[in-house]
Amino acid sequence: MSDTIIQVRNVYYTYMRGTPLARQALAGVNVSIERGELVAIIGRTGSGKSTLIQHFNGLLKPDSGTVAVGGRDIWRKGVVLRDIRRKVGLVFQYPEHQLFEETVAADIAFAPRNLGMSETEVDEAVREAMRVVDLDYDALCDRSPFELSGGQKRRVAIAGVLAMRPEVLVLDEPTAGMDPRGREEVLAEIRQLHETHGYTIVLVSHSMEDVARFAERLIVMDGGAVVMEGSPREVFRNRDDLVRMGLGVPQVTGLMAELAARGLPYAEDVITVEEAMHTLLPALLRVSGRGEGEVGA
Amino acid sequence: MNLSSVAIGQYMPGESLVHRLDPRTKIMLSLVVVVALFIVKSAWAYAALGALIIGTVMASRVPLKMVLRGLRPLLFVMVLTFGLHLFMDPGEPIFRIGKIVATDKGLAQGLITVARLSLLIMATSTVTLTTSPIAFTDGLESLLKPLSFVGVPAHELAMMMTIALRFIPTLLEETDKIMKAQMARGADFETGNIAKRARAMIPILVPLFVSAFRRADELAMAMEARCYRGGQGRTRLRQLRLGTLDMAALALVIAYAVTVVAVL
Repeated sequence: MSDTIIQVRNVYYTYMRGTPLARQALAGVNVSIERGELVAIIGRTGSGKSTLIQHFNGLLKPDSGTVAVGGRDIWRKGVVLRDIRRKVGLVFQYPEHQLFEETVAADIAFAPRNLGMSETEVDEAVREAMRVVDLDYDALCDRSPFELSGGQKRRVAIAGVLAMRPEVLVLDEPTAGMDPRGREEVLAEIRQLHETHGYTIVLVSHSMEDVARFAERLIVMDGGAVVMEGSPREVFRNRDDLVRMGLGVPQVTGLMAELAARGLPYAEDVITVEEAMHTLLPALLRVSGRGEGEVGA
Repeated sequence: MNLSSVAIGQYMPGESLVHRLDPRTKIMLSLVVVVALFIVKSAWAYAALGALIIGTVMASRVPLKMVLRGLRPLLFVMVLTFGLHLFMDPGEPIFRIGKIVATDKGLAQGLITVARLSLLIMATSTVTLTTSPIAFTDGLESLLKPLSFVGVPAHELAMMMTIALRFIPTLLEETDKIMKAQMARGADFETGNIAKRARAMIPILVPLFVSAFRRADELAMAMEARCYRGGQGRTRLRQLRLGTLDMAALALVIAYAVTVVAVL
């Protein structure tokens, strides 16, 4: 039996319920997150992604349906939501907007202090969180978070959640508004958190390229429901459906599909540039009359 | 905590007669009603003015619930003043709790104060619910213009109002987001004594101010990029014009209010 860490069953949620401005955001969502995986949730703006992840740690209460973390219904009497929020660390979009303390160390210490850790534990958690996101403790701990660069601020904010030592890390568009280099750095850190530190990670993203490279499983949302689920390769086979939902496939997948449609027998299942290179290069070399033996050099 | 309960500045678009009135008409009439509310003393007069306000809300097709929603933030003040009147005013005792005596005059005065407060808010939120913020401030500017000869910066005030109204929902949304982000980090805003709760506000207020200043800066840039340099010589896309509907509404409501004040 697999080890399910978050189980969302048949969840409905409506914003401003009971007013003329009511807007249904989730309509019968079923999702499960397994321990140790890296899942990405994709969907157009307004498809319910952010609403869904706010159910993971009990920030929103479903109108109907259940949310279980570690096998326990989080809305049952006697469950302390603060424990749930420690287990499921949620990093919001533009998390640097939540920074408020005078020093970087104090800001990261906010969550551990709220959880009632002792001062030595807090200090340890802060150092560890900063190490994990590649921030130099000695250089930065006494600086004001407001005078850091954009990328550093975001890492401080992510460290502020990691300092709780959550079991699952949920990130809502962690690379939004960053330059390409900043994006690469943040994504590399997320991958490292997953691979080296064994975090279960849920990533909300708009970038098909990123999820193709990083995610082990994709959850596609549209109109407040989960409409597709599977490995990136499986999901990206449904190009037309994805385009209809305002999404798409990685550019390189589109390119390969075009090539295939024109009768060139290349794999349609390609989802990353590296794979495309390995598929196309031999063919190109054959055309130019060189041997296949040189591929890979 | 529910932040969506603030009705002020939440325009409900519509096509009703009330929506179509000139904003100046609506502002003037709400002023008339507010003044009347402060003059009248009898319960019948409050009932009559209440009927006028509720009638207007009906005609506007804005759900009455949306208007009543605006009362929620003042519930505490209303309960407090009601209690103070009930137990502090002199008069014939009706009942007593221990040493504290509730009086008949206190009850009457308490009810009147609560009625006055609620009708006041209902009258003004009917205006803001049926008038888009832009129309509202256009109207205000136009009404204040005569005062600019004595140094009242009518345009600047109106522009400040427009911006403030425009950003209320944005800032509420922002507050909600920051609260959730801090709750995700184990923050607790609901338990503890007043000092502890006040301290718990710091993690919300600091980011909120930072973002408000950032927004102000960006907005100022955007306005300058579109050559804004104050009200002088600005022309309008939508000219305000008082029509027959406005004349009729002004005449009827003023007549009604005067009658209520004079008769009841």
